[in-house]
Amino acid sequence: MADPNTALADKSSLDVEKIRNEFPILSKKFNGKPLIYLDNGATTHKPKCVIDRVQKFDAEEYGTVRRGSYKLSERATQLYEESRQKVADFFGTPDRKEIVFTSGTTQAINLVAYSYGRKFVKAGDEIIISNIEHHANTVPWQVLCEEKGAKLRVIPVNDDGELVLEEYGKLLNDKTRLVAVNHVSNALGTINPVKEIVKMGHAAGAKVLIDGAQSSPHMQIDVKDLDCDFYTFSGHKMYAPSGIGGLYGKMELWESMIPYVTGGDMILQVTLEKTTYAKPPARFEAGTPPITQVIGLGAAIDFITGIGMDNIFEYEKSLLDYGTRLLQGIEGLKIIGNAKEKASIISFVLDAAHPHDVGTLLDQDGIAVRGGHHCAQPTMIRFGVPATTRASMSFYNKYEELDVLAESIQKVIKMFS
Amino acid sequence: MSYDNELYQQVILDHNRNPRNFREIKSATHSCHGVNPLCGDDMTVYLDVDSEKGVIQDISFVGTGCAISKASSSLMTAFLKGKSLEESRVIFNEFHKMVLGEFDPEKQENHLGKLKLFLGIREYPSRTKCASLAWHTMIGALDRKTEGVSTE
Ligand SMILES: Cc1ncc(COP(=O)(O)O)c(C=O)c1O
Repeated sequence: MADPNTALADKSSLDVEKIRNEFPILSKKFNGKPLIYLDNGATTHKPKCVIDRVQKFDAEEYGTVRRGSYKLSERATQLYEESRQKVADFFGTPDRKEIVFTSGTTQAINLVAYSYGRKFVKAGDEIIISNIEHHANTVPWQVLCEEKGAKLRVIPVNDDGELVLEEYGKLLNDKTRLVAVNHVSNALGTINPVKEIVKMGHAAGAKVLIDGAQSSPHMQIDVKDLDCDFYTFSGHKMYAPSGIGGLYGKMELWESMIPYVTGGDMILQVTLEKTTYAKPPARFEAGTPPITQVIGLGAAIDFITGIGMDNIFEYEKSLLDYGTRLLQGIEGLKIIGNAKEKASIISFVLDAAHPHDVGTLLDQDGIAVRGGHHCAQPTMIRFGVPATTRASMSFYNKYEELDVLAESIQKVIKMFS
Repeated sequence: MSYDNELYQQVILDHNRNPRNFREIKSATHSCHGVNPLCGDDMTVYLDVDSEKGVIQDISFVGTGCAISKASSSLMTAFLKGKSLEESRVIFNEFHKMVLGEFDPEKQENHLGKLKLFLGIREYPSRTKCASLAWHTMIGALDRKTEGVSTE
């Protein structure tokens, strides 16, 4: 086999060592071992440029947004809106007002379930999700359906973890109000054919929300090309600070929707009798936002677009292929989720040991993986496992780290047999 | 190469491979279902208590979980068989506090015997519930918690 590192150097302009130097935490030791961080699906680490930008902003530029009449506030507001523009550019919309900030994907989906769902979903309507959703894209719809007397329907998956589109087609009808599916499954890594899903949903007259928490850090996204109605993201999974994320929504939808959180900043005028609401996005951003985090998000987007989303996707894909080949070669290991189109996530179970034991033991070698149900219990039930171990890779991971992962798994198997 | 880990000692690995008292007791006087919703561990503990003498005549468990939860259940059933209810509650208290790091059997007088094996788990806060689930479920059975117990 050709050395994948040299093969890569020829193919891609991504310099992993240089990138790793940007991440201070990657040179730290844990349990006396260099950190091998393979829990990027949960959250990602921060490059120096993000850490520095946040620090500089707080030290020299911090101020409230959309309120003050003084320079500091005006400047902070300008930087805040520049970050929104970066997000808009990143997701492919020319209108930055179509981007609303929230604390992350969970809150973004809850916002749509409230602001769109409470207004437009009625008794007898139907909402479609899939069998491989995060709880964040499951529970808000269950609650909405219960409240409204609507019905939740579920797109099944095949044994490889791919959505069965023919079945989706059969679920769609004139009662379908909304379809909500993830672009990439956090539990299995499946990349769903969202463009097709949107098209089919629209043909039935439904709106379509895409949970982009796991896709936005790994691939080029163009919401206008997808034609989706909503697209959510979480900053902390894309190298930005925690506590910031948001969603794209089509302007005509935003304009028709009711506020989710109410209070300051989302109003046009308040008298004691009546309040009129501000235009989007302000209508959906009540209160003082996480200003510093928004600035950090802008810096993170600059960082990843600087590397190039296509370079990221290509490199992570070769990591995935390399890791998949390695793990497939281990006897007593079964990969859960073998979709043809996958992002850099490998979920697996061992005959010999439970995912929690695997996680604790791999930690001894400095390897951080996630063991559990990944907030996707319906997915676990579908595949008949209580939990899996998940290695989720980023462009700062190396092939050698996957070698260590495979060796450590072998040690676990030996210990338990 | 292999792991040398204070938590995964041979006794624990052995009880994981061959859990003792891993069966249902048909004529159980007490039973309880326990779950750890965070990791999906799920088990039922059965007891056959002689109410006159206040003694656990038989105790067993069935369920699924990680090595720590299985070994802990297995060792618990082996340890409590024949003990009085009173003793069992004392041991539960000591064990529970030990895994939380609030009781040190190396320094304090105790009734834990072999169960001291689980001392190392206090270094792994995310795993303490794996070790204590069986114990909470056992107490839940004695207290007739018909709704079951949960570690959360
Ligand atoms: C697919 C998916 N949806 C939603 C979420 C929730 O995101 P957050 O915790 O950032 O709100 C996650 C994160 O774990 C995810 O992977």
